[in-house]
Amino acid sequence: MAVPILKQSQYLIATIQSALTDHDLVQLRDALVNQVGTLRSKGVIVDVTAMDVMDSFASRTLRDLAYMIRLRGAETVIVGIQPEVAFAMVQLGITLEDVTTALDLEEGLEYLDRKGQHGQRAL
Amino acid sequence: MKIAKDQSLGIQEPVSDSTAALLRELVAHLRQHRTELREEWARRITQAKLLTAMSDEEIFAEATSVYDNYVEALETGTFEALQAYARNLSERIIPRGVQTDEVVGIVLLLRDVLARSLFAKYQADFKLLNRILDAYEPAANRIANTVAVGFVQERERIIREQQEAIRELSTPVLQVRERLLILPIIGVMDPQRARQLTEQLLRGIRANRARVVVIDITGVAAIDSHVANHLVQTVEASRLLGATVIVTGLSPEIAQTLVNIGVDLGKMNTVGDLQGGIEEAERLLGYKVVPLTEGSSAPA
Repeated sequence: MAVPILKQSQYLIATIQSALTDHDLVQLRDALVNQVGTLRSKGVIVDVTAMDVMDSFASRTLRDLAYMIRLRGAETVIVGIQPEVAFAMVQLGITLEDVTTALDLEEGLEYLDRKGQHGQRAL
Repeated sequence: MKIAKDQSLGIQEPVSDSTAALLRELVAHLRQHRTELREEWARRITQAKLLTAMSDEEIFAEATSVYDNYVEALETGTFEALQAYARNLSERIIPRGVQTDEVVGIVLLLRDVLARSLFAKYQADFKLLNRILDAYEPAANRIANTVAVGFVQERERIIREQQEAIRELSTPVLQVRERLLILPIIGVMDPQRARQLTEQLLRGIRANRARVVVIDITGVAAIDSHVANHLVQTVEASRLLGATVIVTGLSPEIAQTLVNIGVDLGKMNTVGDLQGGIEEAERLLGYKVVPLTEGSSAPA
């Protein structure tokens, strides 16, 4: 099942709504990395609230996604990791280092807004 | 339940007609001499200084119902009613401090009292006595077993419940400001408690929408490598939920342990004491505490 990508002002929001195959995940990654350029987005939010399993492939794909999007000049936030999923992940040694995480969509958007303001002030 | 059924089948099967007749005779004898046997039993309980937590009247009342249940179990050969009664009895007497040896003791006393009465009744006919005892002993032993096991199981259930309750109480997750939780840990950290703590913390982060968590371990005397790694995992899992963790109050001993076992401290954000931790958390959240100085305190 393909994941819909919504454009919300300068951000892209992808909400995963069901269990994804590895292929779906790679497709999502490629689509987001593409659209960040074409839509000139400043940030990407991937909402994984509905995922009750996060295996090593999924987390590696998400981490790669974040790195690629950083190279394309935008920020990525992974939001909505469930408590049980989070603990299972660290027990497997998956910690998504260097990837920003937030509690939910709202927090993710707030984080990107804060980042954006800092950027403007720096100019 | 299933096991109990199988066991009761096991005892019913070998009961031949003659044994059944003997048991019937036995039950009739026990019913007939109910009053004096009960009194004798209660007297011996007091003599043996068992059930000291209960008054003589209470002992006699309990003795009566145990006696009746006992006779009924002998008569029917089924133990469900007796099991239920044993559980109920345990529930009532455990809070009063009755010990396992007392319960086992009184049931064995009853068995002895009844056996004595059988000796007295059948002493003239040694063969018949033997056959009566053959019928009586296995059933009596089963009963003693059932009551004792029921008591111990009830005790274990209470212990489990209390352990659960203590665990729940001992790891509070408290919100001190909007988006700021503190988690004071006091006492011994074992792997099970560490796991429960993590679960409660992660749930608390979600429920309170926390962005910063201060874990204070001033009250923890020692920590082993298993728990230390668990702590690090908790910090990482919290980060995946979008919360920053600050650990405070590491004693010199714990600091030594952590360094000696080589826990990766790069990911841990530590501050000396709880006050410092809360100040650091407030800074991260953008709060600033300003003292109300005289003169400028009340905006007119």
